[in-house]
Amino acid sequence: MDLADLYRDVIVDHNRNPRNRGRLPQPSHSAEGNNPLCGDQLRVTLEVSDGVLRDIRCEGRGCAISTASASLMSEAVKGHSLAEVAGLFGQVHQMLTSHDAVPGPDLGKLAALSGVREFPARVKCASLCWHTLNAALAGDAAPVSTE
Amino acid sequence: MIALATEVPPGDVERLRAQFPALCRRVNGHLLAYLDNAASAQQPAAVIDAIADYSRNHHSNVHRGVHTLSQEATALYEGARGKVRGFINAASEREIIFVRGTTEAINLVANTLGRTRLQPGDEIVISWLEHHANIVPWQLLCEQTGARLRVVPIDRRGVVDFDAYRALLGPRTKIVSLAHVSNALGTVLPIGEFIAEARDRGIATVVDGAQAVPHQRIDVQALGCDFYAFSGHKMYGPTGIGVLYGREAVLATLPPWQGGGDMILTVSFERTTYNSLPWRFEAGTPNIAGAVGLGAAIDWLAEVGMERIAAHEAELLAYATARLLTIPGLTIIGTAPDKASLVSFTVDGIHPHDLGTVLDAEGVAVRTGHHCAMPVMEFFDLPATARTSFALYNTRAEIEQLHAALTRAIGMLR
Ligand SMILES: Cc1ncc(COP(=O)(O)O)c(C=O)c1O
Repeated sequence: MDLADLYRDVIVDHNRNPRNRGRLPQPSHSAEGNNPLCGDQLRVTLEVSDGVLRDIRCEGRGCAISTASASLMSEAVKGHSLAEVAGLFGQVHQMLTSHDAVPGPDLGKLAALSGVREFPARVKCASLCWHTLNAALAGDAAPVSTE
Repeated sequence: MIALATEVPPGDVERLRAQFPALCRRVNGHLLAYLDNAASAQQPAAVIDAIADYSRNHHSNVHRGVHTLSQEATALYEGARGKVRGFINAASEREIIFVRGTTEAINLVANTLGRTRLQPGDEIVISWLEHHANIVPWQLLCEQTGARLRVVPIDRRGVVDFDAYRALLGPRTKIVSLAHVSNALGTVLPIGEFIAEARDRGIATVVDGAQAVPHQRIDVQALGCDFYAFSGHKMYGPTGIGVLYGREAVLATLPPWQGGGDMILTVSFERTTYNSLPWRFEAGTPNIAGAVGLGAAIDWLAEVGMERIAAHEAELLAYATARLLTIPGLTIIGTAPDKASLVSFTVDGIHPHDLGTVLDAEGVAVRTGHHCAMPVMEFFDLPATARTSFALYNTRAEIEQLHAALTRAIGMLR
């Protein structure tokens, strides 16, 4: 177990300076996510039109992994079609949970999160933002929980 | 580094440590520094061996057979009850009820005393620093009875406001239930004074002693409480066993809670009569192995001596507090003048969960999270803290290992 594999430079950077931080004033979609184990809370607000995720903001408090994951996700999905976003979700899920998966080429910077799977207690921290994004797109009213 | 008088010679601690198999293992390539004792303390070989001996040689059901093994199991189980009685100086073994742990003990009181004594509008008083185990059972009871939950405030140090407590006690107060020691902050309540105020007003008193029992001598008669609850796994015993002490005069007036075998005298479809104390509250086959392990833990604690434990842990608390405060950006949460041997803290710019992961990689086990005390976290406006909690076997070297690991975390993450 190598900490440097978990806290890669990209992750430390995105934790220190999260991108797309905050809340869209008039989002078309929004959802809240909680990770009761560590008390992480996240709100994702989206601007979606014509099947394209045009803008995104993430706001909340959480550990370095959840903060960096939300920041990386926001960069990765912005400007992409919902079909592409769904494809990314599948690849991220695969990367976080299956041991032999090689991060796909579409993942780009998101591949920095591949070290998380060696730390089972932290997988939920990395996946919280993605589940919250999905809930927002699905129009779920109830907050999602990683439990 | 600061110089402090060591009350227990280091050689003594090393001899005690050697009796704990788990403390000899390595974690992630480092010697384990087990600093999560407030969650569960490790078990000495004496406890592990007592449970194994029961399982190998005496395992059978209690109170039910004339055969030899059943008689031995019964003697072991009831023998453990006797040890618990002595350990907390209860007046009688009839006052010692074996349960799964503190949580079940409090639920038992809520479901027996609570359901029979409360009318709509009556009040139950707890404090702001309670563990969820001493909040949720009372909330459920309030929903069932129409009673109201009242909460005594704490101050920024984590001290429970005694004057506010007195002011809250009124004609509608029927039950007071308080932690003796806070698991999230370490605050030790002058519980005898809190109990006396309630007793003077005829209010039933319940004490959550989960965090007190491993660290100081408890005398339930001197305290004068009606109920005192604690868990085996926090006092060097196994999980799944705990104790509810109930004053006999009160227990005798309570209806049973769970029904089943062992808690009855006679059963017919027309009428069932109930067993006497304490068995009336122990329905079904109990955790015999757990009780045996708890009895062994009590014997072991008696041999070490509670005063010696308290002195060593006080020294560790002072040392750890001083050392942690040398870390830039570290804030201690919970600064009551009378504290148990644990330190909750935050480090600026680093989430406790990340601290926990880095520390684990360095072989240091601490708890991170809300410690089942979410109202406490809310009070300090924190999502979580990291908590180091000490036991009789911890050393200054382990505190240095914690210090070094925290320094590494800061270097990596800040
Ligand atoms: C103060 C306090 N009360 C109650 C409990 C609950 O104990 P258990 O989980 O053993 O029932 C704990 C421990 O988790 C505690 O620290």
